[in-house]
Amino acid sequence: MSVAADTPATLIAALASNAAAHGRTIAVRERDLGIWQEYSWAAFFDDVMAAAAGLEALGLKPRAAMTVIGDNRYNLYVAMLGAVALGAFPSPVFPDVPPQELTHYTRHGTPDIAIAEDQEQVDKLIELRGRIGRPAHIIYDDRRGLGEYTDEGLVSFADVLARGRARLAAEPGLKAEIAGRTTGDDIAVLLHSSGTTGAPKGIAPRHRHVIAAVRNAAEGGYFQTGEEHYAYLPTAWIGDFVFTVCAGIMLRFHINIPERQETVLTDLRQVAPTFYLAAPRAWDNMLTHVQVGMADSTPFKRRLFDYFMPLAVARERRRLAGEPDTLRDRVLGLLGEVLVFAPIKDSLGLSRTRRAYTGGEALGEDTFLFFRALGINLKQFYGQTETSAFTAAQDDGAVRLHTVGRPLPGVDVKIDDSGEILVRSQSIVDGYFDDPDASAKAFVDGWLRTGDAGSIEADGQLVVLGRVGEVVRTAAGERYIPNYIENRLKFSPYIRNVAVIGAGLPVLNAIVCIDFDAVAYWAEQRGIASTSYADLSQKPEVLDLVRDVIARSNENFAPALRIHRFVNLHKDFDADDGEITRTRKLRRNVIEERYAPLIAGLYDGSTQVNFDARITYESGETGTMRRTLSIVEVSDSSPRSGEVPRRGGGETT
Amino acid sequence: MSTLTDASKARTAAASEPALRCTDIQRAFGGVKALKGVSFDLQQGEIFGLVGPNGSGKTTMVNVATGFYPPNQGRVALFGQDITGWAPHRIARHGVARTFQNLALFKGMSVLDNILVGRHIHMRPSAIATLFYWLAAVREEVAHRRVVEEIIDFMQLQDIRHEPVEIVPLGMQKRVELARALAAEPRLLILDEPMAGMNQEEKEYIARFVLDARIERDLSVLVIEHHMDVVTAICDRVLVLNEGAPLAQGKPREAMADPKVVAAYLGQGAMAKPGREGA
Repeated sequence: MSVAADTPATLIAALASNAAAHGRTIAVRERDLGIWQEYSWAAFFDDVMAAAAGLEALGLKPRAAMTVIGDNRYNLYVAMLGAVALGAFPSPVFPDVPPQELTHYTRHGTPDIAIAEDQEQVDKLIELRGRIGRPAHIIYDDRRGLGEYTDEGLVSFADVLARGRARLAAEPGLKAEIAGRTTGDDIAVLLHSSGTTGAPKGIAPRHRHVIAAVRNAAEGGYFQTGEEHYAYLPTAWIGDFVFTVCAGIMLRFHINIPERQETVLTDLRQVAPTFYLAAPRAWDNMLTHVQVGMADSTPFKRRLFDYFMPLAVARERRRLAGEPDTLRDRVLGLLGEVLVFAPIKDSLGLSRTRRAYTGGEALGEDTFLFFRALGINLKQFYGQTETSAFTAAQDDGAVRLHTVGRPLPGVDVKIDDSGEILVRSQSIVDGYFDDPDASAKAFVDGWLRTGDAGSIEADGQLVVLGRVGEVVRTAAGERYIPNYIENRLKFSPYIRNVAVIGAGLPVLNAIVCIDFDAVAYWAEQRGIASTSYADLSQKPEVLDLVRDVIARSNENFAPALRIHRFVNLHKDFDADDGEITRTRKLRRNVIEERYAPLIAGLYDGSTQVNFDARITYESGETGTMRRTLSIVEVSDSSPRSGEVPRRGGGETT
Repeated sequence: MSTLTDASKARTAAASEPALRCTDIQRAFGGVKALKGVSFDLQQGEIFGLVGPNGSGKTTMVNVATGFYPPNQGRVALFGQDITGWAPHRIARHGVARTFQNLALFKGMSVLDNILVGRHIHMRPSAIATLFYWLAAVREEVAHRRVVEEIIDFMQLQDIRHEPVEIVPLGMQKRVELARALAAEPRLLILDEPMAGMNQEEKEYIARFVLDARIERDLSVLVIEHHMDVVTAICDRVLVLNEGAPLAQGKPREAMADPKVVAAYLGQGAMAKPGREGA
């Protein structure tokens, strides 16, 4: 591999060596005014050095944080690396963070200098300064709309660069001196945990951590030297820093930056990256985009698609189960590639993609199979901010739907007695930033406690089930994560919400909320008339439909974790009724309390249960309405052998 | 409260001259007197609103100023130069661009091409140059494209630049029309109901663009608008017309609170309520 023993110790050293050895090669392409502007490694390095000299003149001190807020822009990357060269560290913040929450993201490292992409972000920083007195200096990239601002300390990035260039010109030797300042022990970036529980924690990988992460990933075949890379994911996410900045420099990627977030998909087609990473939701959207596009297409194309696509999906399903291709598969596959798959990949911008990844949460089976069937080598990976993004990734030839792959080279993974995943690697940070208490809990004897529950398969592949806090036990002591089973059920388009019940109970049962639009359409196609959600949900045909979905999902689980009986609820879970949160997470205690009679019915063997539904009117008055709901038994079928298990796990960064 | 920027002072020699001065404009169509002696000065760098009930002569006033209808009586001066009776294309060359009440985009052309049309007055093609000196023609085209791309960037139209203009939403079409007017690099921009049919978010976007354009592109703006919230938010001064005659002039809130204006909008007897509703 290209990341050998003589790996530079810091990102700046790596950048300097690129500039010296490959100075004229393209490093970055950024679309501006509709045209791809190119920057060579030499130009990139010069800009970074000028930024460093300029930031120093502005007062950026070593070991201080610099807030960075905005979308992916060449200038923001230059500024980040300029800060890194000074031994300071950039602290990128998600651009959609509301102004009040900026306080959390600027707690650490006393960031007195901030760089903002545009007026919108400058406004937030000025407001922040009004509250906490920092940052004193606000640098902006895009001057649009800022012409009439008279606030103090407002300076354009162009001016910072110009000042830096003037310093470099006036003091020969300064450039080499700045380029040599950092060591592997310096902090490279300050990021924040997602903060779903309490205030976000600061996580600050040092150069040696991110360099180890890139080395591990490259050795594991995650990416190679010279990838065509598309830098469009948020800069505040560890993945963007490690892929775009660290791997980008160490493995000399061509870093392509889209014009705006709105043009990401059109620009993708022009970039045609060889390495592409997207969240499961983005792959889902892309699948929908293709399906809608085909529905609008000509009858001939539609027929081709409808013929070849199911064949390819079926072939992919067999491949994942380990069956070799038949001659027919190969002939039809080739024909399909020429007639259907290659044009679709080209229109998506994925025609050159050799390595495509997803992570973060579970990916639906349909989406996963569709893109693999198209010939895109879509794989899963798993990592967290603490491990500098890389823990495990799938290998070619060992892709399975429910695992996240084997630990990367240089990464040790074990499961402790409680089922928690523990990780050890040189890429893991030393601890949380300024937070000894949290560090002591998560970093134990050289192992990182991920907080994820998981298991390791016989072939060494890691399965991620969910958060440790979500693990519950049945009366028999069987350990499971309701959310994990629920997510698998929700991959069906017909199920919108579901609550799996079973903690402290003999078996698992479920309360199901059908997806009204999908089921109503399904019913319409079959001439089944209904008057309302409640009516539709109790139709015998709909109950059968849901039973089949559950039976299919059951095949992926051990007998003790199969759903035995279910009831279709007369309404969807609603945030207004307190049953789910605004971010669509179940409130289990509310559900278990409100639907106690239903749950009792599920376990006492009755086939129908009367439920007095409480209704809250907009006026605040409440009333009740009696509903009779059917309880259905899911027939217990043993899993068909060779069935592709559904995918599990996810990555939590 | 004219907000003259230093740049505009430097650029125009006659900085003290109003961008548009209309003096005692009268215009009749047959027996209908559409304008009965309207006078106003639009200072440089100012956003000036023309408001009034339906049929009060706002669009006629704009059409007189842009040369579509010459006035029967009165004078129109642009940056100190008398342009009364000039043809519209000649006035356009003198730095006036406008958008239309009903969209006037070229269907079947892309957003980009529609905006490029705005460069028309700056293009100097000759049959010979286009035929033989293709290098020069290409260079000219590239230069114009660059200006257009800067406006696309300014108006945030990057994601639809290659879309056929008829398939983009109405609010975006209005934005394209404004972009086309800006592409002419005008000194005086005339907007005829730029926010008609828009939702609140789209209105706020256009208001932002107009305010930014004034600062960044040294513009004076004449705007006809029905949305009173917009008028009060972006206009420095307004002129209220009623049945072709000026009713009130001044800062938006003061002019709109004038009892005569309230009466014109809501009829006599509605004086108790403040006249905030648009016509």
